Amino acid sequence: MEEPGIVLTPEQKRRRRMRSIAIALSLAGLVLLLYLVTIVRMGPDVIERPL
Amino acid sequence: MTEARIDLNASAEPSMVTVGHGGVRDFVSLLKPRVMSLVVFTAVVALAVAPVSVHPIIAFAAILSIATGAGAAGALNMWYDADIDRVMSRTRERPIPSGAVAPSEALAFGMVLAVFSVLVLGLATNWLAAALLAFTIFFYGVVYTMWLKRATPQNIVIGGAAGAFPPVIAWAAATGTVSIEPIVLFLIIFFWTPPHFWALALVRSGDYARAGVPMLPVVSGAEETRRQILLYSLVLVPLGLAPVVLGFGGWLYLAVSLGLGAIFLVLAWKLRSGHGDAIGPVARRLFGFSIVYLFGLFAALLAEHVLGLPGQETLGNAFAGLVQSGLAA
Repeated sequence: MEEPGIVLTPEQKRRRRMRSIAIALSLAGLVLLLYLVTIVRMGPDVIERPL
Repeated sequence: MTEARIDLNASAEPSMVTVGHGGVRDFVSLLKPRVMSLVVFTAVVALAVAPVSVHPIIAFAAILSIATGAGAAGALNMWYDADIDRVMSRTRERPIPSGAVAPSEALAFGMVLAVFSVLVLGLATNWLAAALLAFTIFFYGVVYTMWLKRATPQNIVIGGAAGAFPPVIAWAAATGTVSIEPIVLFLIIFFWTPPHFWALALVRSGDYARAGVPMLPVVSGAEETRRQILLYSLVLVPLGLAPVVLGFGGWLYLAVSLGLGAIFLVLAWKLRSGHGDAIGPVARRLFGFSIVYLFGLFAALLAEHVLGLPGQETLGNAFAGLVQSGLAA
């Protein structure tokens, strides 16, 4: 017979969901920040590089 | 097929679950937001005072990295100090002792943030600033937390350097170098830290004694602590005038530094000469006022440089002239 394992309460599930959303937002913010820093630091060189 | 299962309470006391169920708020409080606000403020002021204009995006990335690095150091501190925090009334509701966040989660959280903050600062500004941030996190997380705090009553004197580094990091981020101005800002925070924390420790010495932390009032007593608070204040207040002498603090800064410095000295003297029940209230007032003092000094510098208020060069030149005539005589 299957054991139930860890069963989270509704409150624990809500907190886990909020943590996941916070991590997702942080990662999206990091990507945006690195993109903007790249544009600012490289300026026109971003599109004017030799292929 | 056998399934791997995690027993939440295996080989742990009932109050020490191995996996926490903390919310976002618990992880935010691991970052010590109040300490972070001081770090952000002093770093912003250093960026404003630095004689280089920084692109707003780069400035934002620098401040965010410094704040995140400070938060990471705070999380590592809470991870290591969970045993002490559990004993002290001021800290027993922190996320780890309360069981909301597991120690391993706090450690991983702190390490990830430390690595990312240093990398982002290096990529956005320069590697001198990133190296200074990495050193600051190491200094607070290892030198202060793991060694000094439990070993010597001078713990917060030497460990205070960690809190004094943010303006130096911000200056390095803006200019790529470290000059006399950020070193003066460093010294102001460095000499401000002992009177600030010892004033708190005077009214919380029972807590520290229970936790076995050798804070000065626990090891040397209240009398010696009050004497040392006065001595550090006597160094701090003249040091607070150094930006005027060096020409990056103007008339507003001079007025704020003199006015708040005088009140600081009066409170430190009252604390030194007080007796019995009068000591606690004065210590609390000095603790609260020390925050106003440091905020006032940095806010004055920020206002002068953002609003372009006069006086920096005039006062700097006047002091340089005084020094030169003194040397000639």
